[in-house]
Amino acid sequence: MTPWMLVPRDHSSRAWVWLSPVVAIVLTLLAGSALFAAMGTNPLQGLNVFVVAPLSSVRGWSELLLKATPLVLCGVGLAVCFRANVWNIGAEGQLIAGAIVGGGIALLATADSPRAWYVLVLLASAVGGALWASITAWLRDRFNANEILVSLMLVYVAQQLISWLVQDPWRDPNGYGFPQSELFAAAARIPLILEGTRVNAGSVLALVAAGAIWLLLARTVLGFQLKVVGLAPIAARYAGFSQRRSLWTALLISGALAGLAGGLEVAGPIGQLTSTISPGYGFAAIIVALVGRLHSVGIVLASLVMALFYIGGDLAQSRLGLPSALTGVYQGLLLFFLLACDTLIKYRLRLRRTAPI
Amino acid sequence: MTFALHAEPLTPRLSLRDISKRYASVIAADAVSFDVMPGEILALLGENGAGKSTLMKVVYGITRPDHGTLAVDGAVVNIDSPKGARALGIAMVFQQFALFDSLSVLENVALGLPTAPMAKIESRLLELAARYALEIDPSRSVHDLSVGERQRIEILRALMSAPRVLILDEPTSVLTPQAVDRLFDTLRQLSGDGVSIVFISHKLHEIRRLATRCVVMRAGRIVAEVDPRALSEADLSRLMLGVDVAPIAAHDSPPGAVALQACRLTVQGFDQRNSLNDLSFEVRSGEIVGIAGISGNGQVVLIAALAGELRVEPNAVRLLNLPVGDMNTADRRQLGLRYVPEQRLGHGAVAGMTLADNALLTGTSPHSGAWLETARAREDAARIIQRFGVQAPTVEQNVETLSGGNLQKYIVGRETLQAPRVLLLDQPTWGVDAGSAAAIRNELIALRAAGCAIVIVSEELDELYQLADRLLVMANGRLSPSRPPQQIGTAELGRWMAGLWPSEQQQPASTEQAA
Repeated sequence: MTPWMLVPRDHSSRAWVWLSPVVAIVLTLLAGSALFAAMGTNPLQGLNVFVVAPLSSVRGWSELLLKATPLVLCGVGLAVCFRANVWNIGAEGQLIAGAIVGGGIALLATADSPRAWYVLVLLASAVGGALWASITAWLRDRFNANEILVSLMLVYVAQQLISWLVQDPWRDPNGYGFPQSELFAAAARIPLILEGTRVNAGSVLALVAAGAIWLLLARTVLGFQLKVVGLAPIAARYAGFSQRRSLWTALLISGALAGLAGGLEVAGPIGQLTSTISPGYGFAAIIVALVGRLHSVGIVLASLVMALFYIGGDLAQSRLGLPSALTGVYQGLLLFFLLACDTLIKYRLRLRRTAPI
Repeated sequence: MTFALHAEPLTPRLSLRDISKRYASVIAADAVSFDVMPGEILALLGENGAGKSTLMKVVYGITRPDHGTLAVDGAVVNIDSPKGARALGIAMVFQQFALFDSLSVLENVALGLPTAPMAKIESRLLELAARYALEIDPSRSVHDLSVGERQRIEILRALMSAPRVLILDEPTSVLTPQAVDRLFDTLRQLSGDGVSIVFISHKLHEIRRLATRCVVMRAGRIVAEVDPRALSEADLSRLMLGVDVAPIAAHDSPPGAVALQACRLTVQGFDQRNSLNDLSFEVRSGEIVGIAGISGNGQVVLIAALAGELRVEPNAVRLLNLPVGDMNTADRRQLGLRYVPEQRLGHGAVAGMTLADNALLTGTSPHSGAWLETARAREDAARIIQRFGVQAPTVEQNVETLSGGNLQKYIVGRETLQAPRVLLLDQPTWGVDAGSAAAIRNELIALRAAGCAIVIVSEELDELYQLADRLLVMANGRLSPSRPPQQIGTAELGRWMAGLWPSEQQQPASTEQAA
């Protein structure tokens, strides 16, 4: 038996619901510093490279926006699912599916295609993501299959699918055998919005999506129904809200947004289909959604922090010779500390006394 | 402590001294002191929110008091967990059950006990069940059980540890009159064995029948310590509330046209108690029909089928002469059918949402249009709070912060504010304090006068006798013939509740209502 136990608090503070992620981020940085020290790097220098350096140039900020974009899109979509109590953890697969369908349309573009072709690409990618998510929805609806397992396993199916596509039917014939498609024609590429950087219209789209999801959850009848189904399914049945509709709506919205993120990646900074189009954005977005308290504003902020960890990991590799797996470690630490802080909002620690009676 | 030995007959089994507990906004207990003597049956009377439950949670080690001491057999003790309380011989039966749905009765009982062979626990459980007439099948899964059956497990679980102080929080709400008699026999038997009983209740006649001493609480303070046998129910009620409760208004208007009708309603459940077997009955405008029965005899299924949570053959349920059996709750609500479920949190209201949001749950807005009418929801919520005397400082607070009685008033208010043509209520005053219960009953009387057809499923027979124009009894998924309450005594009703009503042809139309 542990020497301490968790005792429920009489009241949990509302302020701490939002302070908890902040504390978790601070603790993550502290634990991260200890990690640097353990690897023989000066923790201050490590933190400087990991957290400060990426923010000290316009280019750094632009890369931050670029990396935060797919996280915001996947994150707000997952927030809709989680609010509706649909545990979609397959945003990564939906992102890849979106990239495949969007990429397929992008590959059809030629030098003569109209400039608005990229709009078609993005629409196709949203449809692709939604279709991929609809597999999960259908299996859950029809056979009551667990959406956590189904959506997760479909990630690996999507990864195999894109890997096969770029190695065989869509492989660039002039690509020296690399598993990648031809570069997309200019018309299929997302327009840049900041001169000299890679920031494109996708960042604006992500902000619009975050606003739209906030509106959906806070101000619309549909969002209200989703939340009621998520919080109390029996009350939803009492009110006459359809749980099936809620399931489908949440998964289709979430899948479409993740698919859009995938389309923006391949038609944006990547510019072609490859077998590794995402460094786990769809999974990181789960942490982002939880750290952001399933609220659009929180998710945008959490996405920036998470994007920082991605860039920091790359810089730590190139400048300090540390493994870029640090990014994953930081993500894990953040989730761990968040869960710990959340537990301590609801419970307090009490030492077990040696039995008084 | 040394002289306790000599003064044994006078040493209280349990004493509370100056117990105070303050929460952020309320004082739940304010310097409360009283004693419970060995073998005494003490009643703790008070409205919901008067502080009874907080006090008993302190005794049972769930809540730490801000101030004050507890003593057992004269020795000051520090009770910091229910486990510690049980070790001191204090057991508690809660109003809200702490049972694991997915486990069997036996497993639930075994969980709270020191490790022992299951067969041994089972034989002890069956022995206690037989002795106290609390029939239970140890192998059944808890999720199949009704509220009444669940309470039986809770009582048995408390008795398993052979307690010296037994605290019961509103224990009789779900029992038949015969079962209440048996429970009281049990409690007297336990008291004769020297077990001290603390009996929390708001049922005045039960307190007068059972207890030899009654501590009355109001707003965290003890306002009186009386011998309940020497006082009338009205006296006790006045002590508890500080005001007189308005009496139920008289009723003499004749019922109107048939508003709700069940025609050969049949539902195949997984066992007989969860099925409906060819039920037919009707409810007319301006009439209250009461459905009595021990919980777990098909009432849940019946009300779900009437309300639309369970879809049946279109013609099996007719609402205002329309077939509605296959409509969902929202469509039936459009036609004027409103429903107050038994469970407040999680069924009638959504925990984690505000009072205003919960006003939207069955409002018109969330079923039509795209935008949530939040402003109207706040107005509606404020109107319900004001009209039904719900104690809530703001409409932006979460529903789970309301006491049971207040939340029930809020839900009943939400449904009745929409001027229903037909209103279904499942246990409308279960766990509700006397003041709120009276307010709810008066609201139902007013609705009946306005021509609403009302169905009340209740295990509180007093309530049914008080309100209903006709009584029916459910047993084993079947429905008895109907009788005006004046024509059936509690003893006969008790036999009907066991399924033993005279076998007469059930007719779709009730003869005594034929004009």
